Amino acid sequence: MSADAPAPTSAAVSQVGTATVKRGMAEMLKGGVIMDVVDADQARIAEDAGAVAVMALERVPADIRRDGGVARMSDPDMIDRIQAAVSIPVMAKARIGHFVEAQVLQASGVDFVDESEVLTPADYTHHIDKRSFTVPFVCGATNLGEALRRISEGAAMIRSKGEAGTGDVSQATTHIRTILGEIRRLTVMDEPELFAAAKVMAAPIDLVRETAGLGRLPVVLFTAGGVATPADAAMMMQLGADGVFIGSGIFKSGDPASRARACVEATAYFTDAERIAKVSRGLGEAMVGIAADSLGAAELLAQRGW
Amino acid sequence: MTARPAAAGRAVGSDGWPVPRVGILALQGDVREHDRALRDAGAEPLAVRRVEDLHGLDGLVLPGGESTTMGRLLGVFDLLDPLRRLVQEGLPVYGSCAGMILLADEVRGGPSDQPRLGGLDITVRRNAFGRQVDSFETDLAFAGVGDVHAVFIRAPWVEAAGSDVRVLARVPDSARQAAGRVVAVRQGAVLATSFHPELTGDSRIHALFVDMIKEGAG
Repeated sequence: MSADAPAPTSAAVSQVGTATVKRGMAEMLKGGVIMDVVDADQARIAEDAGAVAVMALERVPADIRRDGGVARMSDPDMIDRIQAAVSIPVMAKARIGHFVEAQVLQASGVDFVDESEVLTPADYTHHIDKRSFTVPFVCGATNLGEALRRISEGAAMIRSKGEAGTGDVSQATTHIRTILGEIRRLTVMDEPELFAAAKVMAAPIDLVRETAGLGRLPVVLFTAGGVATPADAAMMMQLGADGVFIGSGIFKSGDPASRARACVEATAYFTDAERIAKVSRGLGEAMVGIAADSLGAAELLAQRGW
Repeated sequence: MTARPAAAGRAVGSDGWPVPRVGILALQGDVREHDRALRDAGAEPLAVRRVEDLHGLDGLVLPGGESTTMGRLLGVFDLLDPLRRLVQEGLPVYGSCAGMILLADEVRGGPSDQPRLGGLDITVRRNAFGRQVDSFETDLAFAGVGDVHAVFIRAPWVEAAGSDVRVLARVPDSARQAAGRVVAVRQGAVLATSFHPELTGDSRIHALFVDMIKEGAG
């Protein structure tokens, strides 16, 4: 190699954990599928299928829902085994408000922390102050005000919550439509209306103004909670999501490897109905699922978060 | 650079050259950011998802994202061979981060069977700087451009390069153990960076790529 690069500027300062580096990490995941996995074998299946990242957890949401009890951060040993098995980013969940679980996950070297309503909350008033971490965070939201509050706390990525562990896409649809619809309304507001909207949404005015100007969130917006088929994934993309989380939908189905590949392809080619039809064939049984409207109020995970 | 007459039906830029049509591989990744940087640099970006989208391009950008995902989708959607052919034929190509990995002839630190385009005589190491908590931003000197602000996200670096490969930038001394690592290279019409100029709002490296396209066309 010819060595004619200029001499490095030794005065330059290198910084880790900046907002650019954290939000930029989320930008690299766009157009992709992030899959829940509970062991190294599942992680390899997800990577081979083309997942952009895996979420390492001990039980998928459908099992958390079935088993009940308190759901907590995963065992660091289990996270280590998944990190060793794949080269794609590894995410892990911390309980809402549990900043020490988040510190442990950061120390374990996970690439993204999900402060998640799927686990039992550790604090019913406060979320984690995510600005003080080097690792980036993704948080759930059911509406724009909630999304902007999480961003003001330092979230580098938002996912609409849906209703995890159901296989019923209706709540994911409601939440992504709500967030994107609220953004569309902001884009036509004048300044006094933006102030009033910020008050109603309980969100900082500077983030409300920035969102109105961009016509989108200042961070990447994925969708989650009930996506179970390639058509579900493509529908979320057509509605305007930047990408998709699939939790129980893949490894609670009859043929996880085929379904994982099909969901990746449908997400990449989300406007091409012929391709979505092609990849939807021969996938075996989808997860059985629970209709979200059959759940009692106490069973709705999406209500966790404040 | 001398002006040349515009081809029929093509928009003409302020310098008298036809506006280059640059495809962006849009299977996954930070396509929107490259789109904006290319517009700022005076090119017309076009999303590439199908073989038909490759027709009539003056250049191609391989964006940042997950190289394993993009590699798999290139295979599934029959883009691997057509793209390899275009790179071999000398179509100007620029890859950032995952794009650099797709262009490298040799890759270390990932699945060995990961589908790639190749065409750039380098060996890259994936996730060379560490995990996301080690991702960083810094200023570095870029040959022919000057000081640029560089954002590294789970980035690769260049471990070895052939004699035809020009080194354009290295990690500065302040970046701890990684100081001096090669992070930008050019070989003929192929440009690659470990970092993401598309995330900074500075379009000078994309302008360099647009100049490469015009050099080849002139």
